Amino acid sequence: MGLFEKFKAGLQKTHAKLTHEIKRIVTRSPKLTEESLEELEAALIGADLGMEMTEQIIAAVKKAYETQGSNGVDVFGVASAEVARSLGSTPAGLRKQEHGLTVVSVVGVNGTGKTTTSAKLAHRVQAEGRTAMLAACDTFRAAAIEQLKLWGQRLKVPVVAGADKADPAAVAHDAIAAATARNADYLFVDTAGRLHTKHNLMQELQKVHRVMGKQSPGAPHEVLLVLDATTGMNALNQAREFHKAVQLTGLVVTKLDGTSKGGMVVAIQKELGLPIKFIGLGEQADDLQAFDATQYAEALFSEKDV
Amino acid sequence: MFDTLSSKLQNAFKNLRGLGKISEANVADSLREVRLALLEADVNFKVARDFIERVKTKALGQEVIQSIQPGQQIIKIIHDELVELLGSANDGLNLSGNPACVLMVGLHGSGKTTSSAKLARLLLKQGRTPLLVAADVFRPAAMDQLETLGKQVEIPVFVRKGETDVLKIARGALEYAKENNRNTLIFDTAGRLQIDEPLVQELVRLRDLVKPQEILLVLDAATGQEAVNVATHFDQALTITGSILTKLDGDARGGAALSLKAVTGKPIKLAGTGEKVEEFEPFHPDRMASRILGMGDVVSLVERAAEAVDIDEAKRMEEKMRKGQFTLEDFLEQFRQMKKLGPLESIIGMLPGGSDMLKGADLGKQEKEFRRMEGMICAMTPKERQQPQILNAKRRIRIAKGSGVSVTELNTMLNKFYQMQQMMKKMGKFQRMMMKRGGMPGMLGS
Repeated sequence: MGLFEKFKAGLQKTHAKLTHEIKRIVTRSPKLTEESLEELEAALIGADLGMEMTEQIIAAVKKAYETQGSNGVDVFGVASAEVARSLGSTPAGLRKQEHGLTVVSVVGVNGTGKTTTSAKLAHRVQAEGRTAMLAACDTFRAAAIEQLKLWGQRLKVPVVAGADKADPAAVAHDAIAAATARNADYLFVDTAGRLHTKHNLMQELQKVHRVMGKQSPGAPHEVLLVLDATTGMNALNQAREFHKAVQLTGLVVTKLDGTSKGGMVVAIQKELGLPIKFIGLGEQADDLQAFDATQYAEALFSEKDV
Repeated sequence: MFDTLSSKLQNAFKNLRGLGKISEANVADSLREVRLALLEADVNFKVARDFIERVKTKALGQEVIQSIQPGQQIIKIIHDELVELLGSANDGLNLSGNPACVLMVGLHGSGKTTSSAKLARLLLKQGRTPLLVAADVFRPAAMDQLETLGKQVEIPVFVRKGETDVLKIARGALEYAKENNRNTLIFDTAGRLQIDEPLVQELVRLRDLVKPQEILLVLDAATGQEAVNVATHFDQALTITGSILTKLDGDARGGAALSLKAVTGKPIKLAGTGEKVEEFEPFHPDRMASRILGMGDVVSLVERAAEAVDIDEAKRMEEKMRKGQFTLEDFLEQFRQMKKLGPLESIIGMLPGGSDMLKGADLGKQEKEFRRMEGMICAMTPKERQQPQILNAKRRIRIAKGSGVSVTELNTMLNKFYQMQQMMKKMGKFQRMMMKRGGMPGMLGS
């Protein structure tokens, strides 16, 4: 499966459902009445696009309807353009320091797939011919360290880990030292899952980042928030709070293969302007793909693939 | 946890409360707001629509229009409907078999392993002998995780490392349970997508083998519109018996909880409310409805207090309060009792209107202040604690030094204490009157 197919296959369900809904609404009722607009609204909300984005798309559709009349309105085109516009179109890869080590911190709430994403990122970097290391800074959850170590074995990536319940900042410190000593290009730091509402835990994360910064100037150079695609509008809160605490540089959306939605990324992008860097489309090491906004928007609405 | 939803609904209700007369038009307006609030809270749009329809029908009935406060009446209707949507009472687990089997199923990362351990602990406390079965053969180190958790809660874990056949593991576990007299088996299965047919079929085979009394769907409280699909698919494939809602301690708006019951008809039985193994409780729909509506969850608060607070101690304290003999020592004792109840934010969140109060307040700061106060009191001699009036300048300087604060801060603390003492005296006097009125005003506000 090529990159594009994989991407599309992953989003298949998202757009299949959405286009079907929109098509049904539009074809059955050629006139955009109050009622059909409400139905369109429901369909968009059903895709977890959120109220604001939904209203924006509806407004755009209305406007197009008024200016072009009922014949010319390409609802998909209008909606797709709106989404793409909100997402911004510059594809964003992983940042790379010109010299030396690039530290990437992977953060998020519990159970979004941080450990798996860290491993996948390391695999990706390795496939590009660069050297990667992993730091197991999730010292809280039972067996999280073992999980990352197993991934390390599978992918042949060295893993720096501390003892269970050790200070994650200390582990991060040691990991940076080790990665610098080995001349690694990338260090991926897998942090413990924490709810964004837990003040203490967010402070702990800030400390981990502070310690990294002392050890290696500018670190962490990349802070990726991992979001579960099944999450609803709460994802926006998560992004907001994490961004406030640790200055995110990008998003990773996981589990996009299974859900029929994933629309909340649009709202997040719109509000916080954070680029979505990668999407997770499965359980295998190579199931992490670079995100492309235009492709995403098109895949979300395109009629051709139905 | 449901703060955003509550505050949105509160807003909608404010408009409703003011209504002297109810017409179809003004009800529709307010209900549209309620609908938007529900949608934004990730409630499935079909569920939200039906909900609004039901409320509308009832609200426009004769009874309401003729009642004295129609606005209030509608709020009551919404509350009742919400309770009905969430399920009206808590359903316990059916553990009638010997051994009884519980199957934990769900998506990746919803919290199955953690919930399994939490559930085992809960059942152990209820006098059962649980056995945890590590049936997640996919995720790296999932078995280690369950093993570690098992050690934490002191419950045996049946693990067969390297075995990839879930059915073999299950057979082994059943035998092990028989030999070792474990009467409840909890199967922690691998996370899977509801549409991943081969993996779901594996669950079906596991179900047919162990014939579980309970098949519980573990669902993240932050799940969006997808919750409905997940629940429907798992229910169709396995006929689930109920669900566990996890990560309720976050600020997820709780739409998943509202949709779940509505589409599957299966009750939410348990709720995970924190990272620690003891943060797990039976799900009470009625209380949750009150909480969503911002009416507070006083019952849960009282229950939690009963668990943490020594009753004799509380009675003694009450007596003292009434007589106005409240000393610094009691003040200290109160801090400590409150700490036992859990973080301040979770306590206040349970009080009526508390979630509104929480929004602006930085409780981290407040808790820090409590700790400082505790330090100051600890730096006093027992005599000083009993009779704060003997605190002269010299003593104050000593105490301030001893606890690392300035004398000014110490004075502020003492003033607060005196204020509280005054309040206690007054409360003693008015207590009976207030009891009649039903409930005390919140004392925690600062």
